[in-house]
Amino acid sequence: MELLVNQVLAGIATGAIYACMALAIVMIFQAIDHLNFAQGEMAMFSTFMAWQLMEWGVPYWWAFLLTLVISFAGGVIIERLLFKPLAKAPILTNVAGFIALFAIINSVAGLIWDFTIKQFPTPFGSSPFLGSQLISTHQAGMIGVTLALLIALFLFFRFTRIGLAMRAAAAMPESARLVGINTGWMVALGWGMASAIGAIAGILIAPVVFLEPNMMGGVLIYGFAAAVLGGLTSPLGAVLGGFLVGVFENLVGTYIPGVGNELKLPIALALIVTVLVVKPTGLMGHTVVKRV
Amino acid sequence: MTILLSVHDLRAYYGQVQALHGLSFDLNEGSMTTLLGANGAGKTTTLRAICNMVRSTGAIQFEGKPLNGKSTENIVRLGIAHVPQGRGTFTTLTVEENLQLGAISRKDIKAISSDIERMYAHFPVLKQRHTQQAGTLSGGEQQMLAVARALMLRPRLMLLDEPSFGLAPLVVRDLFNILGKINREDKVSILVVEQNAQLALEIADKAYVIETGRIVMSGNATEIANDESVRKSYLGY
Repeated sequence: MELLVNQVLAGIATGAIYACMALAIVMIFQAIDHLNFAQGEMAMFSTFMAWQLMEWGVPYWWAFLLTLVISFAGGVIIERLLFKPLAKAPILTNVAGFIALFAIINSVAGLIWDFTIKQFPTPFGSSPFLGSQLISTHQAGMIGVTLALLIALFLFFRFTRIGLAMRAAAAMPESARLVGINTGWMVALGWGMASAIGAIAGILIAPVVFLEPNMMGGVLIYGFAAAVLGGLTSPLGAVLGGFLVGVFENLVGTYIPGVGNELKLPIALALIVTVLVVKPTGLMGHTVVKRV
Repeated sequence: MTILLSVHDLRAYYGQVQALHGLSFDLNEGSMTTLLGANGAGKTTTLRAICNMVRSTGAIQFEGKPLNGKSTENIVRLGIAHVPQGRGTFTTLTVEENLQLGAISRKDIKAISSDIERMYAHFPVLKQRHTQQAGTLSGGEQQMLAVARALMLRPRLMLLDEPSFGLAPLVVRDLFNILGKINREDKVSILVVEQNAQLALEIADKAYVIETGRIVMSGNATEIANDESVRKSYLGY
């Protein structure tokens, strides 16, 4: 029983990271209807910047904040320079753009910081959380940060004018222009926010997986899985999907003999395919109600 | 009377196909002007060209200033509200969010909620349904919502693309009465494109008839309504 609880909690903790990645993916998907394959690499690059800032002696939380700001600006710049010109291009051109971005960021990170793994600090420490052996303070911190992020995003989209404008621009771009919304900038804003959310995911997972240019490969796949499972149109679904994928991955690895660490990924993906066959919009994705 | 909108030698293109062939007309401040014509005559294209949603050449001036080269959203921000064909409802958002979006470019944030209440007074059905997803409204209710959303901009000029489309005759009558009231009481100038010529001529002051991308007739709405040859050859009733 303790093993089960332990595995579920650990699953929720890694699920928090998948949830952050899934949130970032959903943000961009909502804005431009494409999956950003480079999301993980952008997050990795942000994490390296945080690491570099700390190497230069910047305290942890200042480095964290600065990295978010730089990542936001970087996301906006990538959209303006690379994807705005591709906005009307066919889907495959966009896919090529994402893959190019993936390769470029990966190589540049390797060039600047090389491929050896680096330690990344945690602000939460790694002692047992509330005296319990089940979960460490860092894992509890990951869960807390993710939930806080989700609430902040919910409040932003629900109660601010700019959040409403972003939702309108994502749902119906032409109508949005006709009420005076600059939809191009809403897309750029979505990229900036996705990039900053990705940075949070990278910074939280780095103490667990260690920092190196390929650190986000697996995480991104789980993030995609979480986003699809939760429904690509729902931020709440993305977070829920993230936690579910994290827990499921851990339970399968622990309880199904012969699975271990190697086969966790295919089995998790098989679950997702099953869910999608039964419910194609994902768990929380909405089907648009329409009367004609 | 001052001219609010003037369109001169407007030519519009969809790819290689030219849809408007040098169209010119004026709209007076405070007036309700209607553009009439058959399917495919270029009525919708004219409205879209005014808001730079289709490639066009020619001079368009609003309050004496040229609109050419401005983006759609910046044209809207000058006070031109456009209710497009199909109404442009944000179907996945609530009725109230749709109204808030109408005012999204306004700076006087404090006045917005009282304007929403005014819209609920104009259109009581919207108040009943204000938390409902806009896509679940009936066609007539969605058209009311579209007009209300446009008014939330506090526009100088409202462009309406076939507001009667797909609505029951009684609903259309209602809607046009409201449009007339908005035009008179709120001093919003209106340019309405219609296939339902009879109804449009009843409430408009001035009318232009378009055929294959050109103006073929213009005059006071009553004159045009009474001219039997115009009615028979262009308006079909």
